[in-house]
Amino acid sequence: MTYRFRDLLALEPLTADELSFLLDQSKPFQEIQRHPLKKLATLRGKTVALAFFENSTRTRISFGTAASRLGADTMNLQAEASSIKKGETLLDTAFNLNAMKPDCLVMRHSASGATDYVARHLDIPVVNAGDGTHEHPSQGLLDALTIRDRLGTIKNLNVTILGDILHSRVARSNIHLLGKFGCRFTLCGPSIWVPPELEKIAPGTEIRCVYGMEEALEDTHVIMMLRVQTERLNDPPLSANDYILLYQLNAERLRRANCDAIVLHPGPINRGIEITPDVADGPQSCVLEQVTNGVAVRMAILYLLISGASESGTHPALEAKPKESANASD
Amino acid sequence: MLLIKNGRVIDPASKTDAAIDVLLDGEKIKEVAPVGKIAAPQDVEVFDATGLIVAPGFIDLHAHLREPGQESSETIETGTRAAARGGFTAVCCMPNTKPVNDNASVTRFILDRAKTTGSVRVWPIGAASMGSKGEAIAEIAGMKEAGIVAVSDDGKPIATAKLARQVMEYCRSLDLTVIEHAEDVSLACGAVMREGVTSTRLGLRGMPAAAESVCVARDVQLAELTGARLHIAHLSARASLEQVRWAKSRKLRVSCEVTPHHFTLIDEDVAYDSHFKMNPPLASREDRKALIEGLADGTIDAIATDHAPHEPALKDVEFDRAPFGILGFETALALALEQLVATGRVSLMRMVELFTTGPARVLGVERKIATGQVADLTIFSLDQTWTYNVKESVSKSRNSPFDGRRFKGGPVATIVAGRIVERRG
Repeated sequence: MTYRFRDLLALEPLTADELSFLLDQSKPFQEIQRHPLKKLATLRGKTVALAFFENSTRTRISFGTAASRLGADTMNLQAEASSIKKGETLLDTAFNLNAMKPDCLVMRHSASGATDYVARHLDIPVVNAGDGTHEHPSQGLLDALTIRDRLGTIKNLNVTILGDILHSRVARSNIHLLGKFGCRFTLCGPSIWVPPELEKIAPGTEIRCVYGMEEALEDTHVIMMLRVQTERLNDPPLSANDYILLYQLNAERLRRANCDAIVLHPGPINRGIEITPDVADGPQSCVLEQVTNGVAVRMAILYLLISGASESGTHPALEAKPKESANASD
Repeated sequence: MLLIKNGRVIDPASKTDAAIDVLLDGEKIKEVAPVGKIAAPQDVEVFDATGLIVAPGFIDLHAHLREPGQESSETIETGTRAAARGGFTAVCCMPNTKPVNDNASVTRFILDRAKTTGSVRVWPIGAASMGSKGEAIAEIAGMKEAGIVAVSDDGKPIATAKLARQVMEYCRSLDLTVIEHAEDVSLACGAVMREGVTSTRLGLRGMPAAAESVCVARDVQLAELTGARLHIAHLSARASLEQVRWAKSRKLRVSCEVTPHHFTLIDEDVAYDSHFKMNPPLASREDRKALIEGLADGTIDAIATDHAPHEPALKDVEFDRAPFGILGFETALALALEQLVATGRVSLMRMVELFTTGPARVLGVERKIATGQVADLTIFSLDQTWTYNVKESVSKSRNSPFDGRRFKGGPVATIVAGRIVERRG
């Protein structure tokens, strides 16, 4: 099996086999995160352009770390330092970056579809590091990897997503990935953030919208928290106090879920708003594993797209750890 | 003199559908008679319309010609050439130019440019409010004297119910139609497409159908209050159509138009391509079905293009940032034939009505093929196949979602004031 796409723009068009392949490819890179020496030479001489047209800390650092651990160099563009404010169009900025001859463009943008749009015009692989409220594919993959490590499978789970789903690219990528493995989704949050149209965004996947936490957590295996993203809204439609009253994940509410249920959060966490500190730091929380897995997943993505775009090289992690990488679950 | 012979004349005003010859003399129709019965002079120019439909000149109630102010996207010259190519003999141009057409001098400028550079008739629509800002009423009487045919703050609705009422009262006394771009701006705020499963899936901000129908409800109530002639522009939602039905059942002077893109495409066709971004946005599958029913049953009075050119530099950006609007002139008739007539949902007579007597009634003018009438005719084919290649468009812009579409039937010749201004093949 190989990855058949030039870019990674969204998880929606990928099949379960392709998604499994991406997850399996991430596994050896997870191993590398545990090594004392984490740097490989696989992409030595290659350059990854990181273009973040929207603020980001962890995703940008995660992709940057992934590139550098593969031996690649990075070029950094951040919106506030860019010429966007001088009136240059997105496409012109992309063409200029491309003229510096990177081997791959990792891009985040506040407009949904902006990465698709840029990818249509560039001849190098483009990785979507989050486009508006559409998708965040690497986050979906790292979440799935985390779930698979903790629960042993990503098949047929009950997954509850809590918060502002309407404006969440993380939720969409997770639905499109886990849905293809038979997971059932319960989406819960204030009704303005959880419109019933969400039930139909992934035909073939069972999705229901509910508005009470207790019902949403009943018998669930995976709880995905979302940050309350006030900056995405014209006006915050709910008071923080009301949100806490209705939708904060606390220890008592967590008991409604399966006893071995896990809690994910893409970060950054608003402690005391959507989640209480005891839950965020508790044994069911996977928050920091998600961050570690993020580097592994992004190494796999960069490796596949860049080496796939040139010629097929030896899998770097196969060199590093030949035996363990062969066993992939799911 | 110009003799159009051997054609099949379809004239909704007289309910005529027959093999008829038409003799034009200068700006007027001189004679209309069964094929072969006109004794024309020797030196007459002859247009052989064998196998073609001869209809009264098409009127487009809704277009943006971008002059003055945005000539890099379109001019009156290029826009009217595109209109002629689309079979339109008269186009109503919306006032959202730079400056806004809110006083007689701008109206006169547009008419002067049309006279010197235009291919077809240009009928300006004046702004309802000064600068279309929704504060003071524009100089409507002065513009009427200069030649406007209706008023509108198109691009946005007349800002408040109070102002809409005042404009309607004023326009009733001036015998002008008020054309409303119906949109509740607070409901539509920041949206780039219709709200629904597709907008939710794509993560694009959607406006609900109610953003339109709430405003239509307001305006039909005000039409009843004031007795004004109200026309709803580019109606896209089933709920809005029901408001218009209600108004018509009350014998109010309310009419509406629908664009070819709204009866052809739906929100599910949107995929981050800004050529599918317009306002009102492409509606739901159910809305499209309702619009086609409304076109068939007479609730909808006219097909109007909302021709909205934007130069490539403006449209070739992120979906969120692209301006609303697409080209419309050159594909309107072909889309109507494809979507309405070829499917059997609308008769050919009714379709011609939607392009001719329908829009004429909205403006309070006549349109028919009879002796003494203006010599404006649209001649089209039902079976010639052709492909729309937007790169070959005479418009200055390229923003069409129909580029590369293959059509069966379309405009063949456009005759304005007795002159052939466009002829295909």
